[in-house]
Amino acid sequence: MNHPPSAAIVGVGSTEFSKASGRSELRLALEACTLALADAGLDPSDVDGLVTMTMDDNDEPAVAHYLGLDALTFFARTSGGGGGGPGTLTLASMAIATGRARTVICYRAMNERSQGRFGQPSRYAGDRAATAAAVTMSWAAPFGMVTPAAFFAPSFRRYMHEYGATSEDFGRQAVVQRAYANKNPQAFFHDRPLTLDDHQSSRMIADPLRLFDCCQESDGGVALVLTAPERAKDLRQPPVAVLGAAMGVGPRQYGVAPLYRDDLADAAETRVMGDQLWAQSGLGPGDMDVALLYDHFSPAVLMQLEALGFCGLGEAPGLVRDGGTEIDGVIPTNTNGGQLSEAYIHGFNGLAEAVRQLRGTSVNQVTGAAHAVVTGGSHAPTSGVVLGRTA
Amino acid sequence: MTKAPTAGRPRPAVNPDTRFFWDAAFERRLAVQRCSACRALRHPPGPACPRCHSLDWEVSDVSGRGTLYSYTVLHHPPAPGFDGPAVIAVVDLEEGVRMVSNVVGVDPATLTIGEPLEVCFEEHVGWTVPQFRRPAAREAVR
Ligand SMILES: [Zn+2]
Repeated sequence: MNHPPSAAIVGVGSTEFSKASGRSELRLALEACTLALADAGLDPSDVDGLVTMTMDDNDEPAVAHYLGLDALTFFARTSGGGGGGPGTLTLASMAIATGRARTVICYRAMNERSQGRFGQPSRYAGDRAATAAAVTMSWAAPFGMVTPAAFFAPSFRRYMHEYGATSEDFGRQAVVQRAYANKNPQAFFHDRPLTLDDHQSSRMIADPLRLFDCCQESDGGVALVLTAPERAKDLRQPPVAVLGAAMGVGPRQYGVAPLYRDDLADAAETRVMGDQLWAQSGLGPGDMDVALLYDHFSPAVLMQLEALGFCGLGEAPGLVRDGGTEIDGVIPTNTNGGQLSEAYIHGFNGLAEAVRQLRGTSVNQVTGAAHAVVTGGSHAPTSGVVLGRTA
Repeated sequence: MTKAPTAGRPRPAVNPDTRFFWDAAFERRLAVQRCSACRALRHPPGPACPRCHSLDWEVSDVSGRGTLYSYTVLHHPPAPGFDGPAVIAVVDLEEGVRMVSNVVGVDPATLTIGEPLEVCFEEHVGWTVPQFRRPAAREAVR
């Protein structure tokens, strides 16, 4: 089933990325949204839809208020924590394709470093009311499982056990991404090279995850404007078509992690999601010129390469070792430096980089890039998009 | 920066689906749900059987014997209520259900996936938490 493009990305806006923005999260959201509209050459009054992620603190009506909108006809959020980033485009393109909205902004803005750090122990069950979330967390927090690293590390440990992957294999992808970041002035680690030795001597966070296997914590905001393909043609920027837009949950997901799944060494949610991307777009991994794969943790990039079919199970360490994710490799991956080395904007900076690649404006441009795949976080309820150049 | 006061491990929140587990642990028993209709065991506890969708269930004690399916050692930031790194284990019980817990009394560097483990219990003020350890060769289990 090869569906025609249902929507196109016509504008991208981004604040700077930092460790302390010094501004409110709502201001970051407004800055990103207005920059994205300016990039598209659209006016706030053109917007009738807003989509963000459930963890975003900026309510759609609040954003609408400060954009001066008289009405919204579509507003929604994606769940799954960092899995939900590209899913905002899934919702937006469905809304546009079905006439529920004409022009939708997807946004994510947060002071995730200076205000509320995801890497610190989460608010756990304690003696609080037995909400469903607190009860779910009660099978983790009493055992010390209180950070994303702790939740996902057993998957990565099992992956090492099943396929012989090593910490060095994870480190190699971190090194590849750092080299991309070293050319990206927007990246936090722009000025700091990383060697495999640096990676191997970095402190242990949650075994087998070392410091440089972990994404950063960042402040910042990114927004994307989507509209119908026929309308996109008349706007300022070359439109980027949404050729596939999907979501995925794998077997026995429980809370934020799939710990009760029979095979923890498989990113099943990414497979469920990716299979839909290929079916919708009529494209396959071999057609992709660049990948922005959610890198909460470096081994997740390897496991997603496998789940998306860029290589077989257990083969990603070899793919990375052979330079497959570098700029001239089979699938250049996380060319902005990713969330390990550019910034952690809950995956939205990966969406922005995919648009830059397809407009031909990335600082690590893949020559002639025509198709990109972008994913949300694996091991959580996830989502993804396949994007295509139209000009 | 001042050190935050540690008030022990986070206490579990309980609801009618899960109270039995913590009540059993308080009596130093390891228990899981058994579906009253199709007899399947399940964990973590929940309202319905994923296999046959029955809402009827009973409590079933399990042996407490299992194997290490996977693990992590949380070094940073420190897990609340733990002295030192938390050794967090994903344990496959011999009855066929999986459980997240801790391995105690081991050097984490020696952990081996697939190694046998057995339950033990750690008492906290007002509640008890099931833990796992390497089987004692000649000691009583508890
Ligand atoms: Zn049943």
